[in-house]
Parts: sequence; structure tokens; C-alpha cells
Amino acid sequence: MRFQFTEEQLMMRNMVRDFAEKEIAPYVEKMEAGEFPREVLKKMGPLGLMGITVPEKYGGSEMDFTSYIIAIHEISKVSATLGVILSVHTSVGTNPIVYFGTEEQKQKFVSKLASGEYLGAFSLTEPNAGSDAANIKTRATRVDEHYRLNGTKAFVSNGGEADLYIVFAVTDPSAGSRGVTAFIVEKDTPGLIIGKDEKKMGLHGSRTVQLTFEDAPVPVENRLGEEGEGFKIALSNLNIGRIGIAAQALGIAEAAFEVAVKYAGERKQFGKPIAEQQGIAFKLSDMATAVESSRLLVYQAADLWGKGIPCAKEASMAKLFASKTAVEVATEALQVFGGYGYTKDYPVERYFRDAKITEIYEGTSEIQRIVIAKHLLK
Amino acid sequence: MNFRLSEEHEMIRKMVRDFAENEVAPTAAERDEEERFDMDIFVKMAELGLTGIPWPEEYGGIGSDYLAYCIAVEELSRVCASTGVTLSAHTSLACWPLFKFGTEEQKQKYLRPMAEGSKIGAYGLTEPGSGSDAGGMRTTARLVGAHYILNGSKIFITNGGIADFYIVFALTNPNDKRSTTAFIIEKDFEGFAVGKKEKKLGIRSSPTTEIIFEDCKVPAENVLGEIGQGFKIAMMTLDGGRNGIAAQAVGIAQGALDAAIAYAKERKQFGKPIVENQGISFKLADMATSIEASRLLTYQAAWLESMGLPYGKESAMSKLMAGDTAMKVTTEAVQIFGGYGYTKDYPVERYMRDAKITQIYEGTQEIQRLVISRMIAK
Repeated sequence: MRFQFTEEQLMMRNMVRDFAEKEIAPYVEKMEAGEFPREVLKKMGPLGLMGITVPEKYGGSEMDFTSYIIAIHEISKVSATLGVILSVHTSVGTNPIVYFGTEEQKQKFVSKLASGEYLGAFSLTEPNAGSDAANIKTRATRVDEHYRLNGTKAFVSNGGEADLYIVFAVTDPSAGSRGVTAFIVEKDTPGLIIGKDEKKMGLHGSRTVQLTFEDAPVPVENRLGEEGEGFKIALSNLNIGRIGIAAQALGIAEAAFEVAVKYAGERKQFGKPIAEQQGIAFKLSDMATAVESSRLLVYQAADLWGKGIPCAKEASMAKLFASKTAVEVATEALQVFGGYGYTKDYPVERYFRDAKITEIYEGTSEIQRIVIAKHLLK
Repeated sequence: MNFRLSEEHEMIRKMVRDFAENEVAPTAAERDEEERFDMDIFVKMAELGLTGIPWPEEYGGIGSDYLAYCIAVEELSRVCASTGVTLSAHTSLACWPLFKFGTEEQKQKYLRPMAEGSKIGAYGLTEPGSGSDAGGMRTTARLVGAHYILNGSKIFITNGGIADFYIVFALTNPNDKRSTTAFIIEKDFEGFAVGKKEKKLGIRSSPTTEIIFEDCKVPAENVLGEIGQGFKIAMMTLDGGRNGIAAQAVGIAQGALDAAIAYAKERKQFGKPIVENQGISFKLADMATSIEASRLLTYQAAWLESMGLPYGKESAMSKLMAGDTAMKVTTEAVQIFGGYGYTKDYPVERYMRDAKITQIYEGTQEIQRLVISRMIAK
């Protein structure tokens, strides 16, 4: 065992911290006002942050998975919005092509995604198929050299901003989850309609939209994997997505904890800093312990994934624990700030709003428990 | 980072697990019921080298590290928390201060036989009026010629009555807390007596007694460290001791989880195993996740200590998290067993009783929070 980062990982952390402070922090206000951080993303490309784990021959930085998780963690500490944009772009917008794409697809799409020229997105969920993803209804019908897509997708992160979408549709309705196929759909595809833009509790500045396909033609060469392999592709990326969101949750929790410690040391009531009251000090100790626990679970899962060791249970544990911690720690941080915490003058109400989604997307906490329980009962 | 145990650590785990299941588990319930310490088990642990895991061979140890020691305490506690604490008190509280602060002569005379397991160690700090406030002790040590004359009594001494050597703290100047000094006491010293044996809720096969000093004659060369260094020695010893108790708590929790999983798979109600109800399976998932977090915190602190890095905050966190987890997990395990869990026919009620002590000794959870809050304020 070794509970320390390598030199390379530390360099990544320092670089991302520096970038987040200088380039992301000043932009937070605009994102809170609803602006998509296109300008920040443009700066992340040249730094190699849009393709951290992508092989160099496809334009990526070819660093280890832990380095990628460090980036999500550190970016989310400053902006959970950018954390999720990067996580979706990489974990589920780029990786499926790296793993399952043909050489042509990799040459054509991955290099653009890794350089930041393209932004990626992922579209599996439908209005009536959330946790029960095998129940999707969007259809893909082969017509000569195209598939015609019809249906509606919900809660598509990066939707409306992305240059391509990994979309899952049914090619064989009689085959259940084995009848699902994955497609790379480019944004200019006729019949791809960007629908309702969700108004969200948190993650302001990120976009979450509905997508509608009306006879949208997708060339056969944009099919990802074989017909019927879609569900396998979707599932294979679940762990990466989960560890990414666990890292986002960790970043939010750590940020909330740090501002609470600072505030409690400064804020004086009854003639002394409130941190000197055990009611506050013990709260902070519990928060610190939960954050440290999350950190270890997240980096354990990242380490295992990076080494190619099966880690579905560990990834779900990291996601379950880190998201719960994010909600609890952000809630307690707001409490430490009292009335000030409830205002927009301090960032804790933002952490509080941003934290909640981490218990929902990339598999709800209930789904994580199903996964963990299955592994326990093996 | 690397979250994989080395082969050496995996071997120690396997060896201790085999020993625990074959030699310790079969009599655990009976020893608990009879409040009986079994010297044979200690002798067998000595034969396997478990009584001196982290110490160099020149002092009778096996030259491994604190991580291996924690794994051993965890595995023993998984079947019998009493055996876990016997080893933990012996290693962390008696051997550790000797190794850190003893002279070469003291190490050869006292550490070596303890590490080899021919002698058992114990630690005496707590007094009736001085628990968490260890600075409030009243036991005195008066220098008369070549001896210190100790007077006073210590309570809640783990391994009391079975130990050969005790590390005891006393004031060389009754009016000055800063005179706290550590002494090495042999059980046969004149004026030393073992007092009342406590009847306890749990860890009942680990004896807990009072020890009494009535003009107890201790040779001056048995001062451990410097005069006045005792408080520091006591506190530093507890820093590491905490980690041993965290390992004990992880083991108790794992034992309870394993029992609960096996039972939930077998027990049928409403025509199916109860584990097929999410009300049960989600509980198991939460239990397993908390245990995993506790284990990582525990191993991290042990690893830091083995590397010679600061570990005070991390060991306090490991004890806080693991102690609370043990209590929660064992309570849920009893719940899963229902009425049967409340009986002595199953081990879970024992686990639940044993778990409670991990929230109290080696610094209560409240003291851990105090320690952590001081560290995070820095």
C-alpha cells in the first residue's frame, strides 16, 4: 500500500489547482448567472485537461486514471459545474469511443474531443427509463447506409453545447437489453432537436436538456460497436462515470468543509471564535472524518480501475459514500455559517445545491446499494 | 497511490484468519459467557509471532510493520474482540512505549520477552478521578534512595492480572502535573497488587482490573524516558493505540456483517430469503460501505506510522469512524437476525456488546473529536 500520490500525480494536482484558482474561480459568478463556461473549456484543451487519459496517438495526455480523478476532484472544489462538464465529456462522452470505436472513429472523433475542439455528451436516460435503463424506447431503424433515430432522451448533460453525443437506441425490440445499440451522433444531424433546457437546483451554468430525434439519420460508420452491444458499452463505462462523480462529490464536500473551518475560526460570538465551542468543533471533526473517508474510497476505486482490477463494488461504495458526505457536509457547513450561509454572499449555499445531484446521477444511491449488495451476496 | 496490500500483508492476513477461525472462534462465546481469559490462545499467538509483529528481530519481534499488526488485530477481532484487545493493549500500549522510549537494557529486559510472547504487557494511566482528563492523576512516585515508591491506584487496566509488566504513570511531584513520569512495573514488585476485576458489558474474556500501589518499590532504572516526560509518552502511546482499537472495531464490524449476510441469505420469510428485500439488502450495502471506509482510514494511519510520517489526526479519525461504524453495524446485524439475534445462540449480540467499548477506550469518541478539531484548526 501507498497512501501518497506519485510525483506525476502531484504535478497534475498542482497544475489543476493553479488553473482552477486563476481561471475558474473568477468565472463562477457568470456560471451562477447561467452562462455556459465555453471560454474556460477553451483554455482547458491546450493544458491537456480535456483528454487526460486518452492515448497520445489520439491527441490525449495519456496520464493514469488517478490523475484524471485528481482533476475532477480539484476542479469540483472550485466549480462543481465544470467538474460535471469535464466528467461527462471524458467519462461517458469520450471513453466509449476510445474503448469501442473503430480506428477511423478514433481518428475522426477522439482527437478532437481530447484537444477540446469538440465537447462530448452521453444520452441513455429517457423520460420513462432512468435507473431501469434497459427499458429505453428510442428506436434506430436501418435504412440503407443510415440508421434513422426516433425518440426522446432526457437529462442530457452538456446537451445543446456538445459537438457529439453517444446515443443509445433500440435496433431489435424483441431482444431486450441485447437489442440496444450505441451511436455517435454529431450535433448537426438533421432531425436532432434540442428540447427543453432544465432549470436546475444546482450546477448552474451546466446544461441539461431533452433531446428529440425525428427521423434523424446517422451514418452506419457512426455506429459504435456492433448492433446489440449498446448496453454492454453503456455498462462498461458506468464505473468510470461513477468514480468521476464520486470525485466531484469529494470536491464539493472538501470545499464546503474548508470554508466552514475558516469561517468558524473567524466568526466570534460570546467573546470567542465559534470554533472553540464543542458544538461547532465536533461538527467540524465529523465533517473532516467523513471527507477523509470519501477521499480514500474515491482514490481506492480510481487506483483499482486504473490497474484494470475489477472494482464495481468499490466504485459504487465511493459514489454512495462520497455523495452522502457531500450532502451532509454541505448542509452542516451552511449551518456553521448561520444566516450568512443562506445568502449568496458566501459559497456554501451553492455547495449545498450542487451536492444533491451527486446522490442522483450516474446511478442513484439506491442503485449503488443494489450493486454493492449484489457483490456482497456473491 | 496504491491500495493493494503487499504479498507479505496478504500472507499475514491469511495466517491470522486461519488461526482465528480454527483456534479462537470455537471458544469465543463460551469464554465471553464465563468471563474467562485463555492463556493457551496467547501462547499460540506467541508461537505464530503475533505478539511482536512490528518490532525488529533484535527485540524479539518479527520485523514487520504497524499495518501488519492492524491486520492481525482486525482478523482476531472478527471472531473475538477480547482476543483482539489483548493483543492490541499488549502491543500498542506496553511494547510501543518501550520501543520508542526504552533504553537498550530496558528493551532487552522487557520488550524482548513481551515481543516473543513469554510475557504479557499492560498500561496504567486511567484513575477513578482521571479518565479523559489524564492530567488529573494522583498516583505519586517518591524517590527514596535507588527506588521510587509508588502510591495510588489505576483502574480499567486491560490485561490486568494476566500481565507481567505494566507501563504506569505517576507524579514525582504531587503538586506538579508536569512531573508525570512513566515507570515499568513488574507484577512481582513489592507493594503491587491487582484489585477488583470489572464485570463488563462486553470484551468479557479480556480481563479489566484495578491495580494498586501501596508503597510499591520500583528501581530507579525502571523510569521509562525522562522524569516529567510521562504525559508526552502517555499521549503519544494513545495516538498509536487508537489505531489498534480502530482495527479492532473494523474486525468486529466485519464479523457482524459476515454473520448478517449469511443469515439474510438463509432466512426465508414471505416465501423468499429476506436478503431479497431491499429493506435488508440496502442495509447490508450501507454496512459494507462504512466498514470499507473505516478499514481504509485504519490502514492509512498504520501505513503513515510505518513510514515515519505524522499520523495523529489520521489515527483519531480511524478510531472515530471505525468505532461508530462498529456500533452501527453490529446493531443492524442484530436487527437483521431479529429475535434470534437477541439470543446467545448467535454471535451478533456479543458483537454488539463488544462494539460499544470501541467508542469509549483509548480516548472516547468525544476526545477523538477534540483531537481532530485541534488538528484541523492548525
